[in-house]
Amino acid sequence: MLKTTPFHPRTSALVRAQTWRRWAGYQMASGYDPHPDREYAAVRSSAALFDVSPLHKYRITGRDAGRLLDRMITRDVTKLKPGRVYYTPWCDVAGKVVDDGTLSRLDETTYRLTSADSSVRWLHMNAVGMDVAIEDVTQKVATLALQGPLSRAILSRLSSQDLSTLKYFRVTRTTLRDIPVSISRTGYTGDLGYEIWVDAGHALPLWDALIEAGTPHGITPAGVWALDIARIEAGLIMLDVDYYSSHHALIDERKSSPFEINLGWAVSATKGPFNGRRALAAERERGAAWGFVGLTIDWSSFERLFAAHHLPPQISNVPWRVSVPIYVEGAQVGYATSGCWSPLLKQPLALAHLRRPHFAAGTKVEIEVTVEHQRKRAAATVCSLPFFVPERKKA
Amino acid sequence: MSTARYDAIVIGGGHNGLVTAAYLARAGRRTLVLEKRPLVGGAVVTEEVFPGFKYSVFSYVVSLLRPEIIRELDLPRHGLQILPLESTVTPLDNGDYLAGWADPDETREELRRHSPKDADAMAIFGHLMHHMAMAVKPILGMIPPDPTSLSPRDLAGMLKLGKHFHSLGPEKFHALHKLMTMSSADYLDEWFTFDALKATKSASGIIGTFLGPRSPGTAYVLLHHYMGEIDGAFRAWGFQKGGTGQISESIASSARALGATIRTDASVDRVIVKNGRATGVALSTGEEIPANLVISGLDPRLTFTRLIDPKALPEDLVEGLRRYKFRGSSGKVNLALSGLPNLSCLPGNGPHLRGAISISPSMEYIERAYDDAKYGEFSRHPYMDVVIPSMIDPGMAPPGKHVMSIFVQYAPYNLNGGWTDAKREAFGDAVVNTLARYAPNLPSLILHRQVLTPDDMERITGLSEGNIFQGELALQQLFFMRPVPQWAKYRTPIEGYWQCGAGTHPGGGIMGASGRLAAQEILKAAR
Repeated sequence: MLKTTPFHPRTSALVRAQTWRRWAGYQMASGYDPHPDREYAAVRSSAALFDVSPLHKYRITGRDAGRLLDRMITRDVTKLKPGRVYYTPWCDVAGKVVDDGTLSRLDETTYRLTSADSSVRWLHMNAVGMDVAIEDVTQKVATLALQGPLSRAILSRLSSQDLSTLKYFRVTRTTLRDIPVSISRTGYTGDLGYEIWVDAGHALPLWDALIEAGTPHGITPAGVWALDIARIEAGLIMLDVDYYSSHHALIDERKSSPFEINLGWAVSATKGPFNGRRALAAERERGAAWGFVGLTIDWSSFERLFAAHHLPPQISNVPWRVSVPIYVEGAQVGYATSGCWSPLLKQPLALAHLRRPHFAAGTKVEIEVTVEHQRKRAAATVCSLPFFVPERKKA
Repeated sequence: MSTARYDAIVIGGGHNGLVTAAYLARAGRRTLVLEKRPLVGGAVVTEEVFPGFKYSVFSYVVSLLRPEIIRELDLPRHGLQILPLESTVTPLDNGDYLAGWADPDETREELRRHSPKDADAMAIFGHLMHHMAMAVKPILGMIPPDPTSLSPRDLAGMLKLGKHFHSLGPEKFHALHKLMTMSSADYLDEWFTFDALKATKSASGIIGTFLGPRSPGTAYVLLHHYMGEIDGAFRAWGFQKGGTGQISESIASSARALGATIRTDASVDRVIVKNGRATGVALSTGEEIPANLVISGLDPRLTFTRLIDPKALPEDLVEGLRRYKFRGSSGKVNLALSGLPNLSCLPGNGPHLRGAISISPSMEYIERAYDDAKYGEFSRHPYMDVVIPSMIDPGMAPPGKHVMSIFVQYAPYNLNGGWTDAKREAFGDAVVNTLARYAPNLPSLILHRQVLTPDDMERITGLSEGNIFQGELALQQLFFMRPVPQWAKYRTPIEGYWQCGAGTHPGGGIMGASGRLAAQEILKAAR
């Protein structure tokens, strides 16, 4: 049996077409409507409510908690003040990415780490000889992401504390209609948004309060399809879709360094010893062999491939997650790993790994497109990520 | 400040004028847009007529905006954001309803409830309309060639068109011919039996025309609107966030970013013509602004008879314009509501309130609505296309409150005895009372009501006779006939004076196509 999240009694009643999928061993809705259009629109227009409880969550406390995390992740934990959040990858000793997630410093000696994959073993391996307690709170803490331009207005109706001062990548404790929660100004959509962390026992009252306060503001429960479209537009990577964990890659070729997945910015060049430091310093020096970039697919070129068969362009409104070859002058130079039709930008987008030197913004490439069972190529242009970043995200 | 010398002045800041200006600016032309109203958009505006409630005052949904314009002018980055409008519900007089949902399976099962045969026919009909839309699509994007001309460009254009039609094959070509010549009622009769389905579908064939569903030629208008549904594949169908005015604002913002200047509250009195050549414009304030080119985004009547002296024009053009039909036939009612209307056929809140509500219970209903108009009255029980924009974009009204947009047909421009304040209110009453048949709580929710007749539309936007398409989308005034034969390529007999509005090919709707094609012609002529 797949696990269900604490919100399941509410979410399961909303799934109209039995569109379920797996997420980290949990049963999750791909969408509540049969199509993600409306749920996606809420992310960019009003507010979408996502159940993101399957995220692995660890509560790390004790005198050496900061030391453990600083040794593990690529960012400088000594600079992370209480009430602040990092988004960060972490690497093995060869500088290849193990996982990525957020690290919140809840108080002087308490941190919360999220990860896509189970990280118990890795945390304990890194904690040898340290004075820390590592608690897996994945099932204890339920998490909702409220994302979209009206998310702040909705939370303000419920919160005992003024949230208008909560800046991007900050975390605070408050109550939402008397339910104790922690709220971080984070998310996976590239929009204004918050993640709400609550004791699993309070999950249902929290859901109900949000729906009630949010309905006049157009709050819309949304599934993984909508989340995927938004995160692609925001240029955010996904473990097991866009890259493999170095712990799970069967062959070395499948491993990526942070520089190769557009996370070079999150590798500190100044901090003390951490996993992969030497390998990453060397890679910084010589330059990464691969780049992870956005591709905008040229619509006229795409349309022509279909017009040759008297067809209109065919694009699913559900995002895709398969490996698609990318070419320059007939030679394969990389592969796309996920993509979607952007309802906002009105063009098809893809996230792709490209070999040096083809990943510079503006590079013209070709992407494989299957039209009437035949493999064709459409023109595409490399662009730096994100595809879309609204001012409100950080405002 | 020295008097700026402009390469081009666009008269009228409607969406087509703005598109032309943006493309001219994109090509490096110093371009000025002059709009008489305090805001740009023409008939594509959002206004807060009642505090806290935003009305898409005239035009209210978008379906046809050309994808190439969206991309080339980078409109999403300037605020274009189209939200899905997913369903259509037609309340029936027997208390039931007919719905079309976002999901094709759900729609088919719903139709099967009423007519299993129609449910099967719909899929095949959908394929045919798809092919018809594909057949017409390239025409919308081309400069109409004149079939009577022997110029190389026209011949090449006709050849291209001929090849295109030939490539359709006989079956599709014949279907297209039928679609071009039949009435929407007859056309739909060939496919369907369920009356409310035919009525709802045929309604889109009469929008903006002074024709009934049994008038020949309305099948084409059906297709014109179907294009939007087909373009659903290209996903540009729905409701603009913030109201349709934000579409105009996004085009204006793009035009400005490309270097165009936009002046509002600048009413153009006339185009200055010297020695048969346009040399600039004179504003109603007396200010004169010189320019090498003047482009009118206004409708053909204003373009040729108000902005310039028609005496300067060839007689056949003036005669053609006299025959060009406007005959505004639709009105608009915008409501501010304290809560949600409750449909008797589908009580409570639900997905049906996030889509369109079509008041088209039967073919006879629409035909009778037309009968009233034929004899110079507004329809006592009109066809209505109703949407609740605040259900799709909560920002359109204060939290928990709503706005309702009601497109109404028929409301003839030439009403017996003319439009008066009393008649406008009587028209508004007819609309609300008819809707109350299907949503009895509606009258008790109304906080504010804005009623717009074709007369009001003409007064506010300038659109002659209040026609929303700058002239009917009737076959005799489409393609190389729009607005009049010989002058269908955005040119005028006056050198340096051009036209770019919906009164030119390919016509109305928030499409922007004529604005883009006009700019292309203008730039080509300059080379």
